[in-house]
Amino acid sequence: MNTASLPLPGWITFGLIPLINLVLAFFFSGLVVWFIGENPFDALALMLEGALGSGEGIGFTLYFATNFIFTGLSVAVAIHAGLFNIGSEGQAYVGGLGAALVALSLDHYVPWYVTMPFAILGAALFGAGWAFIPAFLQAKRGSHIVITTIMFNFIGAALMVYLLVNVLIVPGKMAPETRTFLEGGQLPKLDWLMALFGLKLGPAPFNVSFLVALVMCVVVWALIWRTKLGYEMRTLGVSPSAAVYAGIPYARTVIIAMLISGGLAGMMALNPVLGSSGRLQVEFVGGAGFVGIAVSLMGRNHPAGIILAAILFGILYQGGDWVSFEMPNITREMIVVIQGLVILFAGALEYMARPALARLYYSMARKA
Amino acid sequence: MDFFDILVSILGSTIRLSVPLVFTALAGLFSERAGVFDIGLEGKMLAAAFSAACVAYITASPWLGLVAGIGVSVAFSLLHGFASITNRGNQIVSGVAINFVVAGLTIVLGQAWFGQGGRTPQLLPQGRFSPIILPGVEALRGIPVIGPLYANVISGNNILTYMAFLAVPISWWILYRTRFGLRLRAVGENPGAVDTAGISVTWLRYRAVICAGILCGFSGTYLAVAQSAAFIKDMSAGKGYIALAALIFAKWKPVPVMFACLLFGFLDAFANFMQGKSVPLIGEVPVQIFQALPYVLTCILLAGFIGVANPPKAGGVPYTKER
Repeated sequence: MNTASLPLPGWITFGLIPLINLVLAFFFSGLVVWFIGENPFDALALMLEGALGSGEGIGFTLYFATNFIFTGLSVAVAIHAGLFNIGSEGQAYVGGLGAALVALSLDHYVPWYVTMPFAILGAALFGAGWAFIPAFLQAKRGSHIVITTIMFNFIGAALMVYLLVNVLIVPGKMAPETRTFLEGGQLPKLDWLMALFGLKLGPAPFNVSFLVALVMCVVVWALIWRTKLGYEMRTLGVSPSAAVYAGIPYARTVIIAMLISGGLAGMMALNPVLGSSGRLQVEFVGGAGFVGIAVSLMGRNHPAGIILAAILFGILYQGGDWVSFEMPNITREMIVVIQGLVILFAGALEYMARPALARLYYSMARKA
Repeated sequence: MDFFDILVSILGSTIRLSVPLVFTALAGLFSERAGVFDIGLEGKMLAAAFSAACVAYITASPWLGLVAGIGVSVAFSLLHGFASITNRGNQIVSGVAINFVVAGLTIVLGQAWFGQGGRTPQLLPQGRFSPIILPGVEALRGIPVIGPLYANVISGNNILTYMAFLAVPISWWILYRTRFGLRLRAVGENPGAVDTAGISVTWLRYRAVICAGILCGFSGTYLAVAQSAAFIKDMSAGKGYIALAALIFAKWKPVPVMFACLLFGFLDAFANFMQGKSVPLIGEVPVQIFQALPYVLTCILLAGFIGVANPPKAGGVPYTKER
């Protein structure tokens, strides 16, 4: 029996199936931990303790989550328009250039709250700019967006290394990074927010970018489900031919969707560049763009889901550091394995459990 | 060093650097001509490199390493097939997932087993594929131009290098001169027609991704057991993506694939040679330009400025049999 066309209630599609996929991903992650001779439950306990056991841990968790909210939103916006943007990593990297240039030119003159809007704009513009050529090629030339965005990740990485090593570097220094921004170019930490809950932030770099990320979640939600543009994007995502037939301009919608996606990815740079290190460094994105794919898939491309998934990955990143410190056998790269398994089960094998569940549901429904 | 010696040394390293690209791009060719996009080439190559290095270290036999590399790579191919053919999942997402799982797993297992920060221990000489000196090198040495070219470019490579360049005509023959190849190409263009003819789309596509797995096994083994003498973390370093670029650059055809790989290999070799040297009038050329060039060229090609690259029509679309 072909079960693909049978409708299932919302709690199965949006609740049970994602849950099963997540449980499978973590089950296999646990198997890997067990296979290398450690106790998966001890590792899990350590992870939760490291990520949520102290104000500092929570601060780091939310700092990582901020990155993933931005990149998750970036991937999600593109997916709604039927585009798979693998290039968030490169767009965030180049976005960092925009943010850093703003901070470098303004930090002498104005306080941070004047710099921040310009930095957001700069990061978004550079990120969107880096998404523009792949978007244009997809819209006008029919080149596959996945391929071009992969290429642009590599081109972006080469460009940024070149700029940092040859142009932006502080003369006389060895490290390929810009000078440290003055106070006017650094975003303040959210220690007051943590203090409201009676927690001490300590050295964790949890900063104002988190609030920007939350605002962006609302903006993206409104864009996708409450505007004409969002409607057009979703139509294009479901069926390009139907969208074109309905008079929705294909090229324009593809390009705008990718610009928004690239802009959101670019904004991610605020958090590490202006919020944490206070300077632009080589490879500051550190894979957050790719985590965005997992976050978006897990969050079902909805901002609320993305926040939850981003926090989960924040826990993995922060807790993973803690685990690798306590259990030297488990290296930090275990996070990458878990990330891959989440993408596999929540993304590629998304519907693996569906036929069985559909059969079970309908046999139960018939009996009842 | 005069110009000719430089040329010979660059050509020699061009050959060595294009070998993994040739294997991997041919792997992508089999998979994508059958209509299964494969972003996971990078991951399969890395997985093969790791398992080949482990087995070659334990058994001191490069051939057993090769078998292990192929076995693990095919296993990941089957996973890709299970997700994207059987479960009709998104092929790109599946490939991305495989890349991440492998990137993490090789380091986690490497550290747990060998404790060298994700490396495998150095292989002994008998655990590697060593260079083969072809007959006649000494006899030809005296001849100008041909002698040094024969000695340093044609001869003196390991067996996998020769297999890579042999794999090109074999792949061409399989794809264009056998029944399997015809069906494989048909299933990438119009799976419905193949299904109507009573041939299983699923089984054909599975065989195509298995071919891809075997070839990625060769490329990974080459990296760890022939080119280097150990597995180093992330040693594929984006070669899977360059191979993908070469595949597109060659418009999904076997012989052009080889030339595209040689071109990208040459860019790599030339970049290594140019490092720290300055060109008259221009000054030192940044190495990043050469690193970005394969991708830039591929994007220009995709933009339609160097002919048109038409991917297989049914690529990326899971086949649903009507009932």
